[in-house]
Amino acid sequence: MQNTEHAIEVTGLRTWYGDREVLKGLTFAIPRGKTTVILGGSGCGKSTLLKHAIGLLKPSEGSIKINGREITTLDEPEMDGVRGKMGVLFQGAALLNSLTIADNVALPIREHTRINEATLQIMVRMKLDLVGLSGFDHFYPSQLSGGMKKRAGLARALALDPEILFFDEPSAGLDPVTAAGLDELIVKLRNVFRMTIIVVTHELPSVFAIADYVIMLEKGQILFAGTLDGLRASDHPRIRMFLERKPEQQTYSPDDYFKVIAGE
Amino acid sequence: MAFTLRKDISDASRIINNSFYWTFISPFRGKPVRVRATIAEMVKAGYNSVPIVAVISFFVGIILALQAAYQLKRVGALIYVANLVGVSLTRELSPILTAIIVSGRSGSAFAAEIGSMKAAEEVDALVTMGINPIRFLVSPKLIALMVMVPALTMLSDVIGISGGFLLSVSVLDMHPYNYYQQTINALLVKDVFTGLIKAWAFGMVITLVGAYQGFKVEGGAEEVGRRTTSSVVASIFLVIIFDLFFTMLFYYFT
Repeated sequence: MQNTEHAIEVTGLRTWYGDREVLKGLTFAIPRGKTTVILGGSGCGKSTLLKHAIGLLKPSEGSIKINGREITTLDEPEMDGVRGKMGVLFQGAALLNSLTIADNVALPIREHTRINEATLQIMVRMKLDLVGLSGFDHFYPSQLSGGMKKRAGLARALALDPEILFFDEPSAGLDPVTAAGLDELIVKLRNVFRMTIIVVTHELPSVFAIADYVIMLEKGQILFAGTLDGLRASDHPRIRMFLERKPEQQTYSPDDYFKVIAGE
Repeated sequence: MAFTLRKDISDASRIINNSFYWTFISPFRGKPVRVRATIAEMVKAGYNSVPIVAVISFFVGIILALQAAYQLKRVGALIYVANLVGVSLTRELSPILTAIIVSGRSGSAFAAEIGSMKAAEEVDALVTMGINPIRFLVSPKLIALMVMVPALTMLSDVIGISGGFLLSVSVLDMHPYNYYQQTINALLVKDVFTGLIKAWAFGMVITLVGAYQGFKVEGGAEEVGRRTTSSVVASIFLVIIFDLFFTMLFYYFT
């Protein structure tokens, strides 16, 4: 299994939504056992990229290899085998509202293994303790705060001890303190379990806290791929704008602006 | 337009195929149906509908008896009220009334439940956990309605006929034993049986329409509401179409 140093290899990935090209031929590799951040402004295609990597969308062109295995041509049962090694934390945590936190975490274990109930309960409590949610087993998702929901979602993503863990906007909608707590948890997971972690985000503070490797996207193309120090040292104007939080330049002349508001 | 229609048809056929596969075939390949969820759905869709189905059937039985008496007493054939109430309820009205109540209560609930899970990425989360959303969400509902719509129809038969009976013996001054005997003579096993076959088909139609509308949700809360409404409209429409089909079939072949 550990035959390559790259957990994920993407070559020539292209995708259209209708006739709009969202991803314009991406080629990159994500190193194993490190935290990779996929960075970019809104609408740059980073969520679409994540959905391709976890097999929810099929690309129009190109190849995606996870642990050396091509996933774009797999059918659903084969894909489920690959998904067994992956965990995903969605933006809104995506916990099932009809189940308790403990049942949510137990769900993938119950579906894929034949473990007796007592062992299962112990496993669930271990996962909840790992994310700092001991004692919340019998709460329903609606009774938890946003940060706690994300932690519970993370416990569920960790349920089957994945090799690769995906995060979609982990700090979206959280206050800075809670977001920092979640970042710390991500760092701990990489250090302790040697997991390959892929985080999609646009929050700069969390990028600097967690990233080993950064891939920056803009308008469906790769602007930068390299280490965090390389990103800091880059003098590419778009990257500087992003890092220094400068707004896009207003390029209208007064005449153009008049045309825009007149709807011409 | 032609593109969206083609996509709608392919989505619908995928959901129908997958629903039947995960409900009837995969249990024999070692992926059992979720029994506890199925029982929970049966309670929600079946047991909790008993009061409303009972009340409506009772009133419809009374209405039928009154309307029949209005015509039949002119020709002095009042005793045939029993035939009319019994046959029209078991063959036609009980299945369709039950189906309309169930599509209002459960069909819309299915669309809303699946739709809001789709909007909150919960369906995507199921897929990434390697759990088929159709197996997890639709199969229990499909089994529940295939059992519960016929069961509610039987209840509706019994209560509707009792309504007609009570009206006839009180208002129309019929002898209870005569009414009873006339109903027994008028009803054939096939009348009841064809009604139950219809009800079984309606149960499938309601579940699949609700599931289809739910899985079609792409956006947020507003679309969940819109899809819920259209699931009720579409399932009542399709129930009537299927009713027409089955009634014609039974007319010629039984």
